[in-house]
Amino acid sequence: MKAADFLYERPASLGDALALLADADRDAAPLAGGQSLMPMMNFRLAAPGMLVDLSGLDALRGITLEDGALRIGAMTRYVELTGSDLVSDHAPLIAQALPHIAHAAVRNRGTIGGSVALADPAAEMPALLLALDAVITVQSEEGSKDHAANDFFLGMYETALEPGELVTAITIPPRGDRRFAFYELARRHGDYAMAGVALSCATDRTDHRVAYFSIADRALRATAVEAVLDAGGAVDDAIAALEGLPFSGDLNASDATKKHLSGIVLKRALGGL
Amino acid sequence: MSDSKMISVTVNGETTTAAVPVRQNLVDFLRNTMGLTGSHVGCEHGVCGACTLEVDGAMVRGCLMLAVQADGTQVTTIEGYGDRAAALRDAFTARNALQCGYCTPGMLASAVEYIEGGGAADRAAIREHLSGNYCRCTGYQSIVDAVCDVIDGASA
Ligand SMILES: Cc1cc2nc3c(=O)[nH]c(=O)nc-3n(C[C@H](O)[C@H](O)[C@H](O)COP(=O)(O)OP(=O)(O)OC[C@H]3O[C@@H](n4cnc5c(N)ncnc54)[C@H](O)[C@@H]3O)c2cc1C
Ligand code: FES
Ligand code: FES
Repeated sequence: MKAADFLYERPASLGDALALLADADRDAAPLAGGQSLMPMMNFRLAAPGMLVDLSGLDALRGITLEDGALRIGAMTRYVELTGSDLVSDHAPLIAQALPHIAHAAVRNRGTIGGSVALADPAAEMPALLLALDAVITVQSEEGSKDHAANDFFLGMYETALEPGELVTAITIPPRGDRRFAFYELARRHGDYAMAGVALSCATDRTDHRVAYFSIADRALRATAVEAVLDAGGAVDDAIAALEGLPFSGDLNASDATKKHLSGIVLKRALGGL
Repeated sequence: MSDSKMISVTVNGETTTAAVPVRQNLVDFLRNTMGLTGSHVGCEHGVCGACTLEVDGAMVRGCLMLAVQADGTQVTTIEGYGDRAAALRDAFTARNALQCGYCTPGMLASAVEYIEGGGAADRAAIREHLSGNYCRCTGYQSIVDAVCDVIDGASA
């Protein structure tokens, strides 16, 4: 199918983009890589009145290191993350997950900010940011604010973003001497996972962060599992602690299957720590 | 009436200026306005890869990019690959790696990117790279064979 008609603007400055997005009458949506928005528009699941193409906003692009923290502009494409030594040195968890995110042609255009703003429950990036304790910076005409990843993903395609706000950057705290692991089960390489997990812990195997994707209505942390692992519990006890998570099935797998797969990916990820 | 904008785009080396409806995707522009029918529109949601082409040297889904977004870029369609795809074209023919041909332009574009990126004749890696392209006819085996042939030939 083809997208319904809309207006299109490619502003040259962040201020102009925010002004276009601030006016509710225009019903404008930001266009980043378009790798999720265009399919939604072609299916007529989305029909914004105007697209505000962010591709001219160089201020939203780039990967830098500031006081040991990794700062990634929202319009930075997956392919740029793949090629970045800063990412592989300071956020090896992201480097490890990247080959599993979509296919090369999609990674050539898809952006980190688009994935974070969309909050697809099956997407890897929200879970990676939870495991990394990242900060998401958003901006509107009123100014900018920071959200902990923990408080950002609220439900299916639902985030703390308010109308007129853009995600501008993601900041990942200094990695210290933490260890990371990532595991996902997908039917075909590059497809959305049926279940996946990202984890991080201190080198002495304390202070675990265990973040799941594609098992519930959003990316979420399994805090009961984290507590078992922090106490030095066995893998089976950690798997038993998955019990309370709000599993929700999709077209590929039922709630019960999601729960089963969650245990498998946890075991495999822990094996890779 | 559709909103439209003027774009200037270089397609296969030739610069064209045209008014495009802003809702038109890049493949429809190339097919309908430019007469370049190599890139196919299959699923229009990024899954099948039949629309794969190159924009500013990077492989993209033509169905997920608006023609208006191609303003100022260099687009290469399968018609413009020339020598870059010559060995692959021969290998696809020799290995019977195409039947109906619907997926072939996208397959060639993906395979060219893999080979030019220094990819090895490693079947698993080739499959992973081509995993974004559906073929309804070949079962993929012969496509992977063809890509391996070209890499082996080039490194011999
Ligand atoms: C075949 C295929 C397979 C895929 N597989 C995967 C996969 O395995 N894992 C995965 O995670 N993703 C996958 N994707 C999605 C892809 O990674 C997208 O690129 C990504 O989810 C969205 O990024 P984008 O830049 O393309 O955003 P867009 O599609 O441009 O935008 C997505 C949404 O976010 C909004 N938005 C965009 N940028 C901002 C911003 N800076 N601030 C506020 N709102 C914004 C848009 O208005 C829109 O609502 C797949 C896509 C395809 C087509
Ligand atoms: S038509 Fe573009 S991926 Fe199917
Ligand atoms: S040759 Fe028919 S779809 Fe691939």
